Formats: sequence, C-alpha cells, structure tokens
Amino acid sequence: MTTRRDLLAGAAKVAALLAAAGALPAARAAWNNTAFEAKSLADAAKAFGGGAPVESKEVTVTGPDIAENGAVVPVGCATTLAGAKRLLLLVEKNPNVLAAAFDVNDLVEPSFNTRVKMGQSSNVYAVAITADNKVLYAVKEIKVTLGGCGG
Amino acid sequence: MADPMRIRAQVAGSNATVRVLMAHEMETGQRRDSAGKVIPAWFIQEVSATHNGKPVLAAQWGPAIAKNPFLQFTVKGAKAGDKIAVTWKDNKGDTRTDEATVA
Repeated sequence: MTTRRDLLAGAAKVAALLAAAGALPAARAAWNNTAFEAKSLADAAKAFGGGAPVESKEVTVTGPDIAENGAVVPVGCATTLAGAKRLLLLVEKNPNVLAAAFDVNDLVEPSFNTRVKMGQSSNVYAVAITADNKVLYAVKEIKVTLGGCGG
Repeated sequence: MADPMRIRAQVAGSNATVRVLMAHEMETGQRRDSAGKVIPAWFIQEVSATHNGKPVLAAQWGPAIAKNPFLQFTVKGAKAGDKIAVTWKDNKGDTRTDEATVA
C-alpha cells in the first residue's frame, strides 16, 4: 500500500529533480516535510529552526468563534513584530497540525488570510518565528459544527 | 492542466491587497472512497507571488488548506497598473501561474 509518507517522499524527489533541472527559481525554499508531519506546535516550530513557543500579544490570529462547516474555515495570521521571518498557521486537533507557512519579508505586509479545513473544534494558532529563532504565538478557539475531514 | 486562478489586486493606500482564488481539489490523503481505499493526497505545496517580476511572497501549504484555496495578502508599494503574478505547485508536480493587474 502506498502511504501518504511515500507520496510525500516521492513528491519531494520530483521537486528536487525539478530544482536541479533549473525549472524552479532557486530562491524558493523546499517544502518542509518535517514541519508538515509535526503533531504539535513545538515540533512544527522546531522543524523551522525555532525554539520554545511563547505566547505574545504581537501576533494575532483571526477567525470565527463558531464555524458551521469545518471544510472551509476562514482564518488569518498577522504580526507586528519587526523581526519576524515566518508566519505559521496551525490547527491543534488536525492529524498534522501545520496548515500553512508564509515567508515574511519587507515587500509584503506580515498578514495573511486563507481558509483551512478543521476536523473538529480546536485551538488555532498563529505563530511568528523571528530572525533570531524566537517562537511567538497567539491562540484562538474555533468551534466546528460539522467536521471537514470526514468521508 | 488545472483551471485558471481568479486574482484580484486592488490599491489600498500605498499598498495593494491581493486576493487569490485557486481551483484545486486539495485532497488530504486521509479520506477513503466508497471501497475503503485511501484517496491519495493531492494538494498545493508551494505558493509564490511576484510584483512586476520581483518575488514578494513565498508560502508552503499543507493538506489542511481548504478545497479551492483562498489567499489574501498585501504587497507593499504596489501601484495601479503593476503586475501581480501568482504561482502554485502541487505535490504531483503540477504547476500554474496566473497574472493580474493592480486596479
């Protein structure tokens, strides 16, 4: 049986080949397999080279209090930290916690909105990783009426 | 080849707000079909954007992003008439780029 792990490993190989062939811009970072396999906030942060997570008011997470449909939950992450280099979005009770990782630079506002899937009511984290590898987070509980990972 | 993205870029002060709607299944690899077989994962892994050809955004996504993903970000210093191009690449190596003009 082909497991998800095999598929991901295969995809990584293809990406590596494409990169080697010069098909991808060199500036783009490779997909962080370890981080997306992580089961907890601390593990995901570590996969990006961060230290122990600390709650901070300089990071914000936005989203509804109650999401009717877990398949489409609008969430956003933002930070006012000057030294942030990366913003992560995590859903605590999903099979793999990490949903998205955005690189922060001078050319875009450190604020991103997207939609995620949530299997059940859970805490959602916005995490900022600074240039000196400090990990700061904000948390919000989102209640889900109908799970998004069924089938 | 995947369906085109819908991109809207609007000036907001000295910046431009970009909203992107991509057409993608975003299959997690966790679901099973009616025969009980796991449906293989198929999702966008990398998203990037350029402003007049200069890279401004790089993101990595997991399968937890919703189907037909939505993304909103703000490009600093973008003016009306500037070009914003967005590219995604999924775990099957498929890729698509679409471009919009800031209005």
